[in-house]
Amino acid sequence: MSLTTLRLGYVPLTDAAPLIVAQELGFAAEEGLALDLIRVQSWAQSRDLLGMGTIDAAHMLVPLPIAQTLGLGPDYPRFDLVMMLSVGGQAIAVSAALADAMRGQGHGFGFDDPVAARDALMAVTKGQLRVGVPFPFSTQAELVRRWLDGTDLAAGVTIHTVPPPLMADALAAGEVDAFCVGEPWASYAVETGVGALLLAGRAIWASPPEKGLVLTRNFTEARPEETGRLMRAVWRACRWLDRPDNRGTAAEILSRPEYLNLPPELTERGLLGRLHVSASGEVRQFPGFIRFHDGAVNFPWRSLAALLARRIAGVHGLDVARAMEQATECFRTDLYRQHLRSAGADLPGASARIEGAMAHPTAVASEKGQMILAPDAFFDGETFDLAFAPR
Amino acid sequence: MARLSIIVVERDRERALRIVDGLMASGDHAITVISEETGLARRIAEQKPDIVLIDVADPSRDVLEELALVSGPMERPVAMFVDRSDEQLTRAAIEAGVSAYVVDGLQPERIKPVLDAAIARFHMFQKMRAELAATKAALEDRKIIDRAKAILMKARGIDEEAAYALLRKTAMDQKRRVADIAQQLVMAAGLLT
Repeated sequence: MSLTTLRLGYVPLTDAAPLIVAQELGFAAEEGLALDLIRVQSWAQSRDLLGMGTIDAAHMLVPLPIAQTLGLGPDYPRFDLVMMLSVGGQAIAVSAALADAMRGQGHGFGFDDPVAARDALMAVTKGQLRVGVPFPFSTQAELVRRWLDGTDLAAGVTIHTVPPPLMADALAAGEVDAFCVGEPWASYAVETGVGALLLAGRAIWASPPEKGLVLTRNFTEARPEETGRLMRAVWRACRWLDRPDNRGTAAEILSRPEYLNLPPELTERGLLGRLHVSASGEVRQFPGFIRFHDGAVNFPWRSLAALLARRIAGVHGLDVARAMEQATECFRTDLYRQHLRSAGADLPGASARIEGAMAHPTAVASEKGQMILAPDAFFDGETFDLAFAPR
Repeated sequence: MARLSIIVVERDRERALRIVDGLMASGDHAITVISEETGLARRIAEQKPDIVLIDVADPSRDVLEELALVSGPMERPVAMFVDRSDEQLTRAAIEAGVSAYVVDGLQPERIKPVLDAAIARFHMFQKMRAELAATKAALEDRKIIDRAKAILMKARGIDEEAAYALLRKTAMDQKRRVADIAQQLVMAAGLLT
């Protein structure tokens, strides 16, 4: 049988794993697909290649298709996020100088307490903090803002875009004081001695959606059959990635020169939830630091689109109620239901939920009755209900 | 008409010079090259350029995206250039590997010659890169074939010409490249010693 080739863009990050595994372990071939994986160097490039139709699908920051939908990008065909690829995987790091000062004040770098980390940071900064994030529209920007909202530091924080592979350099050059980035680039900064890990993204928000599989609406409409095949291949790769025994193998595959081109020992840290917070090798265990499947990770809840749109609209002066409404349209829960049922995905009874309501794993109504959602609480205790959002 | 102020973001000095040459030929412009990514956002903001040209694959592009967004109403908004009325041009640029950030309100007819010149230069880089890769690959092939020949000469007591003939015949029989057969032989020999 001859395979249909699809061109997929990815940015070299640990959470590109679902696309790489789908190709390398034959999940794509099982669906009659060959994935031509194209490494791109920036989110703008990924967006442009997808917008121009040079690639068929992309591994993308979840807020990026939302921003496109809200008109905050070049004039391209509409983007559809058809499934989530990962949750978590982000870490906040501070410069070596700040880390030393914080240790001097007795902070232990526990990696899991956002309030303690924030207080320790505020004690050593003079009301100013420059924080690097990978893109203006990123879960990292949402995490940083939420973490510092309502504190004395909030007014003095400036957020700067720094490409992930250059985060460590920016920290070393003193262009930023701290950053929030996806693995392996946080661990890379620790390894090169320029920073220390302060906090896991999941400590701020228990289930921060990180990457999604994004296609243009032109593609999902014109080629529904291939859209479904791609979704099933990637969904099975996500499931494979969340079997604990597979994470080591995943690290080996991802680290290859044609993908991340880094030592597997570095890539493995995030995947195994065993992070070195400092160059001296202090290890912190953070179970489920990044998840690709378990806890119904892959379902693109429309309430998440609205939640992320609220912040983007606020920052860019758009009408918040309208932005939330528009954003939910690019999260294609309908395609998820249509194409993944046959792969064995359990499907929730509703397409939106109350965000931030679960402190514990929670069973919800679903077709097979097997759906257990992972905790998704915010450290600040907010709950977000789309039904009661302003209209 | 006022001169266009153009910034070229390019780390490689040689490449930057060639781009500047190409742009100069397209009109009388004020051109600045920025070759380091440190402080990129600040330096661009200070210059207030009409057009910024940068490699599509340059990681620093995301910094420009941010710059495009933060421009307040008092500043001159800059956006990634996508012309829906001339999709050909936009596509040609992206495929050649150059992206342009253009100040709001600049007429397309002023942008086009600049972009055309940049596209031509970037095409040239692509060609040079492809040639370099081909030369490198050919050199690698030569090296591995030489090693395979040496192994055959020693193992079978034949001369160089016969060794090559044997490699070539095997490759023809198996419908493979001589270099691939040589690679297999070298690897197998490595395992046996």
